[in-house]
Amino acid sequence: MSTHQPPLSQAAPAAPEWQAAPGGPYPGYVSPIPVVRTRLGHAITSEWTKIRSVRSTIWTLGVFVLLVVGIGLLAGALVSSSSSSGDLSDGNALSLGFFGLLLGSMCIITLGVLTTASEYGTGMIRTTMVACPSRARVLAAKAIVFFAVAFVITLAASAFVAMTQVSMLSDVARTPTGGEWLKGTVGVSLYIALLGLLSLIVGSIIRHSAGAITVMIGAVLAPLVIALFMFSSSLEQVRNALFEYSIPNQLSVFYSNSLSDSGPSGWDPLWIILGVTAVAFAGAYALLEKRDV
Amino acid sequence: MIELAGLTKRYGDRTAVDDLTFTVRPGIVTGFLGPNGAGKSTTMRMILGLDHPTAGRVRIDGKRYEQLRDPLTYLGALLDAKAVHGGRSAFNHLLCLAQSNGIPRARVGEVLDTVGLTAVARKKAKGFSLGMGQRLGIAGALLGDPRILMFDEPVNGLDPEGIHWIRTLMKSLAAQGRTVFVSSHLMSEMALTADHLVVIGQGRLLADTSMAEFIRTNSRSYVRVRSPQRERLLDVLHGAGITVVETGTGALEVEGGKAEPIGELAAQNGVVLHELSIQQASLEEAFMQLTAESVEYHAHADSPPVPQAWGAGWDKGA
Repeated sequence: MSTHQPPLSQAAPAAPEWQAAPGGPYPGYVSPIPVVRTRLGHAITSEWTKIRSVRSTIWTLGVFVLLVVGIGLLAGALVSSSSSSGDLSDGNALSLGFFGLLLGSMCIITLGVLTTASEYGTGMIRTTMVACPSRARVLAAKAIVFFAVAFVITLAASAFVAMTQVSMLSDVARTPTGGEWLKGTVGVSLYIALLGLLSLIVGSIIRHSAGAITVMIGAVLAPLVIALFMFSSSLEQVRNALFEYSIPNQLSVFYSNSLSDSGPSGWDPLWIILGVTAVAFAGAYALLEKRDV
Repeated sequence: MIELAGLTKRYGDRTAVDDLTFTVRPGIVTGFLGPNGAGKSTTMRMILGLDHPTAGRVRIDGKRYEQLRDPLTYLGALLDAKAVHGGRSAFNHLLCLAQSNGIPRARVGEVLDTVGLTAVARKKAKGFSLGMGQRLGIAGALLGDPRILMFDEPVNGLDPEGIHWIRTLMKSLAAQGRTVFVSSHLMSEMALTADHLVVIGQGRLLADTSMAEFIRTNSRSYVRVRSPQRERLLDVLHGAGITVVETGTGALEVEGGKAEPIGELAAQNGVVLHELSIQQASLEEAFMQLTAESVEYHAHADSPPVPQAWGAGWDKGA
């Protein structure tokens, strides 16, 4: 109560004594807390705290690992129990990891979108942007943290599944080469993490979780589904392009079991999604700078 | 110090903030007053660089907000209690803010203690009441121990004890030499907290004056007179050169705080009085009158620009 003074008694002091004190043209309170010039590193630490402190991260990544490992092991067990020797002779055991990853990618898409769009839904984005006024830095920090998390988790899950499947099917399938190992683990993990990063960018552009997730799932599934129903022969070229460049088919390229012989091959899908993501990132950054938060 | 110069924000053809120019000085609490929708929050968002002004500029100690290298240790802001991810605990919310500005982790516990949320530090923010959310937002503003503080409607949802606490807090922050800028739509609240007052209505500056000056100018006192012989009384008062305002309720109001001459006049002329009382118009009334006229001005664009005359009067200290 002692600090409570009636407002009538205190007129605005025109020049309080501390204003006369030296200390530049803008005097005022000086905090004992050390002042730090903020860097990207600070924003990354902050984003790491954010991503690990919400339950949706645990849920989406938990379901992702469950899908990848569960479906992978199930496929391995089915094939090993029912096939005779040489059944997979032209393929290798790694290709069975595809099914789990395709379904699991929905979780990574969801987490990617939520990383940005949920901040708009909750209003947290205003707090974030006040704490870090550089919008490019915020977007970059989110992208780096999310990409690292998605890549590490996907690599761990896909590598575990790959090793298990290869050992389960050692007598029915041929042994994968070093290059196939690299594509089937690091390659797909980079691809899935970039797909998630693209979702994060779409979330930042659309600013609405459900909308952005719908757009991304549509982008993954729609080309393939549309192509399935393109019966007219005059549309065949379009149909082939839709098949070949659909995300599920590009994912299968990493396991060398693509739907067609033409279209992307080798590491092409990675360069394609890298290009798309880079363009989207530039667009999202331009929009972020232009729009009000 | 926060300086606004010609700050304007338009959404389509609607003008939310219209050519605002004023300065928020350190060492005092500056109240930012206006009815709902007057443009207070938009102005604050522009100060923080969240919204781009259509025209004009804002400077914080001479810099744009984006140019601040250590934003949270320079300026702390409570925008709205909802600007929090509900799934995150109070502790983690403040921790990620602290980390983004390199503020020591120990500060999180300190500010939680200051706002009285230590007991619920590990609870998710979505379970918080409006008052608790408000306290969490205030904790975020205090986190960097900044030299400038901005609070948008801080007393919203706080209980009386909380309101008293935030009032005392703002005064003590200003007394330490910080710049404190606080918005409200309640004149009564500002009268108890603010040393300086900036009033806006429909995005326009209506008043920029010290609180003491505002009170002196606006604590209008008048004498209310009721009489069954109303017409006769009017004639008598007019005859004596006294200006009378007729109110809708049948009572008469005489400007100034002197009841005696009216009573004497009535007695001399044999007019029966049913009431002769001195009335004090509240600051709330003064504020409503001030902002109502800005609304009126917009409704009849070709009538004389009353609000500008009002606004001009304030800083001259009539």
